[in-house]
Amino acid sequence: MSSHCADGARAAGRRLLVGLVLALMLPLPACDREERRFSEAPPSGAPSNVVRMSTLQPGPAMMTSRTSNRYDENAYAVSQGQRLYAWYNCAGCHANGGGGMGPPLMDAEWIYGSEPGQIFATIMQGRPNGMPSWAGRIPSSQAWQIVAYVRSMAALTPASARNSRADHMMTWPESQIMMEPKHPVQSFTPPAAVQP
Amino acid sequence: MRRRLSAVRRQLSALLLSLPACRGALDQSVLESAGPRARAVESLWWFALVVAAVVYVATVGALAWAVVGARRRVARGELGPPANEHRRMTLAVAGGTAATVAILFTFFFYDLSVGRTLRPPHERAHTLVQVTGHQWWWEVEYPHAVPSNAVSDANELHIPTGRPVLIEVTSRDVIHSLWIPNLGGKKDLIPRYTDTIWFQADRPGIYRSQCAEFCGLQHAKMALHVVAHEPGEYETWLQQARMPARAPTDTLAARGQEIFLSGSCALCHTIVGTPAGSRVGPDLTHLASRRTIAAGTLPNTRGNLAAWILDPQRIKPGANMPSNALSPADLEALLAYLQSLK
Amino acid sequence: MTTHAPAAAVDDPQDARREAEELALLERTWAPARGIRGWLTTTDHKAIARRYVVTTFVFFVLAGLNAVLMRLQLSRPEMTLIGPDRYNQLFTVHGTAMMFLFAVPVMQAMAIYLVPLMVGARNISFPRLNAFGYWMFLIGGVLLFTSLYVNTGPDAGWFSYVPLSGPEYSAGKRTDVWAQTVTFTEVAGLVAAVELLVTILKTRAPGMTLARIPLYVWSILVTSLMIVFAFPAVAMASTMMLAMDRLVATHFFNQAEGGDPLLWQHLFWFFGHPEVYIMFIPGLGFVSSIVETFSRRKVFGYPVMVASLLVTGFVAFGLWVHHMFATPIPQLGRSFFTAASVLIAVPTGVQIFCWIATIWSGRPKLTTAMLFAIGFIVVFTIGGLSGVMIASVPFDLQVHDTFFIVAHFHYVILGGVVFPFFGAVYLWFPKITGRLLSERLGRWHVGLFFAGTNVAFFPMHLLGLDGMPRRIYTYLPETGWGNLNLLVTLGATIIVASVAVFIVNVLVSLRHGVRAGEDPWAAATLEWATPSPPPSYNFRHVPVCESRAPLWSEDGVPAAALPVMTGLDAHKRQILVTTVLDALPDNRHKHPEDTPWPFWMAASLGVTFIGAIFSPWFYVWGAGLATLAFAKWAWPTGKYAEDLVMPKRGPR
Repeated sequence: MSSHCADGARAAGRRLLVGLVLALMLPLPACDREERRFSEAPPSGAPSNVVRMSTLQPGPAMMTSRTSNRYDENAYAVSQGQRLYAWYNCAGCHANGGGGMGPPLMDAEWIYGSEPGQIFATIMQGRPNGMPSWAGRIPSSQAWQIVAYVRSMAALTPASARNSRADHMMTWPESQIMMEPKHPVQSFTPPAAVQP
Repeated sequence: MRRRLSAVRRQLSALLLSLPACRGALDQSVLESAGPRARAVESLWWFALVVAAVVYVATVGALAWAVVGARRRVARGELGPPANEHRRMTLAVAGGTAATVAILFTFFFYDLSVGRTLRPPHERAHTLVQVTGHQWWWEVEYPHAVPSNAVSDANELHIPTGRPVLIEVTSRDVIHSLWIPNLGGKKDLIPRYTDTIWFQADRPGIYRSQCAEFCGLQHAKMALHVVAHEPGEYETWLQQARMPARAPTDTLAARGQEIFLSGSCALCHTIVGTPAGSRVGPDLTHLASRRTIAAGTLPNTRGNLAAWILDPQRIKPGANMPSNALSPADLEALLAYLQSLK
Repeated sequence: MTTHAPAAAVDDPQDARREAEELALLERTWAPARGIRGWLTTTDHKAIARRYVVTTFVFFVLAGLNAVLMRLQLSRPEMTLIGPDRYNQLFTVHGTAMMFLFAVPVMQAMAIYLVPLMVGARNISFPRLNAFGYWMFLIGGVLLFTSLYVNTGPDAGWFSYVPLSGPEYSAGKRTDVWAQTVTFTEVAGLVAAVELLVTILKTRAPGMTLARIPLYVWSILVTSLMIVFAFPAVAMASTMMLAMDRLVATHFFNQAEGGDPLLWQHLFWFFGHPEVYIMFIPGLGFVSSIVETFSRRKVFGYPVMVASLLVTGFVAFGLWVHHMFATPIPQLGRSFFTAASVLIAVPTGVQIFCWIATIWSGRPKLTTAMLFAIGFIVVFTIGGLSGVMIASVPFDLQVHDTFFIVAHFHYVILGGVVFPFFGAVYLWFPKITGRLLSERLGRWHVGLFFAGTNVAFFPMHLLGLDGMPRRIYTYLPETGWGNLNLLVTLGATIIVASVAVFIVNVLVSLRHGVRAGEDPWAAATLEWATPSPPPSYNFRHVPVCESRAPLWSEDGVPAAALPVMTGLDAHKRQILVTTVLDALPDNRHKHPEDTPWPFWMAASLGVTFIGAIFSPWFYVWGAGLATLAFAKWAWPTGKYAEDLVMPKRGPR
């Protein structure tokens, strides 16, 4: 009786040990959402001068090159983007996504496009009617972090990498928070002042 | 007698701290008091240590005596319990408990009386400073009724000796903690809470302190240097600190100022007297007069400053300052300008 | 029901055959299934407790390895072995694992094994709940360590203060993993507390009045009551409030919308302070058992010992603000907590004096277990004294969040939890496995562990006084802390060596240890009245308890025979339920057969809570799954008619 129990205990111990060693040996790939990259070259989108702001063109439709931003899925980058959004006073014109002097950033209308490369170009080049040009003022890695954050405000990035809120007043409706990424309609509506 | 005791205390403290390199070159120690708060706590500590040592020796001694005595009794062949065991044990336990209660009461009342001496000096003349914690640096402000005389500084706290300094503390982001071991006392900096703590330094010196509440990636490298001046010297320093930044005197420094204002530096840092007025990073108006940079991480030398500007992430990974790609000529100019900001 | 002395020698061969038949029937009734099915379905408290202890010990070793890495990084100034991000994860998981996955669960696991045996019951009061608790615990522990290995380990400290752990300053899912680990471990802890409480209060052997239960059982009673009051605070704070703030943008801790970070601190420490006594009080119980057994004398001052346990447990709930002395709370409030923190030293001191008195008047035998109990007094007292020092507000405001505090709590935890735990293992290993641990290796174990503890943690007092704060991944050379830190790291390696010796001792003794009989130590309590290891039904007949030391006729002298009570049915699983105060037999209660549904319920809750890290919809789907599993678990089977008629209460 006692040796049977001892055997049972031994077998149990052995199984646990093997399981543990296996678990320790499996180099499970570190989740990209959680990587904290402190000094590295930013993810390169297409250089800004070939990013097109609209899909409209004479002749056959052309697919814009879909730029990707690895930071979209990186929670740390989105969080840094949230900090920089506040520090560089983007809220001064865009509020916390609802817009004011500037257009809202959390809706589905993107005047100059919602692809990461397009938003990056918007930030770095500036845009008519008040969007400053930030090139030379902020490093491009910070700009890409802001791009990731802006896209997250419009629920264009994976939900798992988004912050639920900031530690200030209620910023956006809860319905946005858990929404899965969606693909917005690219609208190119010229601002009223420019229409003929 | 008191002088003898304090001499003994000093020797003990020196002994404790002279154990192989326990002694820090920087005086960041609870046992090196430089102010009345720290002294009061230090005397409480020595009292508690002596009492604790006596209690400990008594307890472990009783245990050893019990083990040895019982084994000797058994070796002698007496298998029964000792004579009068119940009465003796009851007395011993009751006596031990009574002694414990008495000692604890004594300690408690001594502690309360020390606590009384730590009450803030609102009614006494004092200097007012405001310290705000950031991830991972200290914002130190010296307010004044006249706004143009207010000073905003970073990572160094200048105080006069001989009078209490009342510090209003808060935080901009997460919970930090202001703690100056040599002067005694600690206060948590909680966002949107304003609380006060006071210190007083008795003699001039530089007292190093570190953030004492875990605040993220660079909690380890968030030091604050407290610089205590004689009152006259303090006034001089304050007058100097109120001046706006020196205008650049040569073309290299002028070029450096241009780089500062037109590049990314001005987006985060203030230099009073220039258009750069952002408050998210430390105020650099008198950068060159500080002893250290990066919240006490590096001595303020040209080489360290260059390394910090080019790649802060190598020195403080996770810090909120980005890397800056500058050409060697631009870096030269910028350094010349920054080092002129006395 | 009849009470009679056990059959000393049964002459009549008819009786012998009937006895053997009944024994075989009893074995069959209580036998677990074989193989992997047995693993998943058993409700035997001993089987579950054995694996529970092994699992907690594995987490202890893993968390200890974290500490070794931390110590290597801190051994010299400006080491670049581990960066800040990884270091923050290491110390957070070290603290979380040691507190939530080792210190309390190992005490509960030992209690789950020992308490039913010590009170003379056939099984723990809620066998399926017991199994469920273990699986929940296992899932939580695996979640925590797996997340560490995939770079998602929590990194905001084991106490996870907001706003640092809130959605703005803690990006990603790391803190959510922490919150759900706490969920699993709190559920497991509450489950164990409830079942132990009911076992102690309702299923004791007849005659074991409250004044006769062993001191260890009292310690578990107090601990379980504390758990019931303390654990919900942190479960609510982490599972509900922090997880919801991070997942669905509630504002419990968002000051801009009316929340408060100090709320988190109060809720956490209202749990956190009783938590350390929850870890420590079972240790006190272990020491009582060890001192009693190896002094061959009942512990002196039983009523005072029990009162001390109760007072400690009660006063422990009035101390929590001493973790918050540096926060903006009123000075008057602080003084109250100083007084309470100083006061709680008294009952523990009384216990130590009573143990010393017991040893003095007994015949001490310095086995390894006894050496661990002595080591407990020597090590814990240092921690207790430094604890009284930091109860003082002015002094605490100098050493709070420095290595002085680290030294204090490691002394009380290693001294008050780990020393008694190791001693308990040496005491009860023969009962659990049937073999004795090697005394020679045991002496190496205790010696190395004692040396390592002191070399590692005593210098930390000096480091704290010299200004070294906690939770830093490196420090400048000018601070002068380098040499003491190197010494601390050396101490840590000595601790590793001692634990390695222990593991070797266990593995070797399992195979080659001297076979222990039923009662190798001639001990006093009921668990020694059954074979080693005990059969699945624990006792052939329900023992009757007539004194505080049922197996002794007088101090240290084994009794000739143990009275027992017959009458429990051997055809089905039955335990005897007795009254709360005087343990008069009340009724015979049917226990469930082995079942896999606790495992499935835990699995479905595992899916629920781990999924809830990513989406709140998992609460909805998971609730459905868990309801199904619980329905299968709790559905009445109607297999046997309950014995509803209450037996006449005869004289004791």
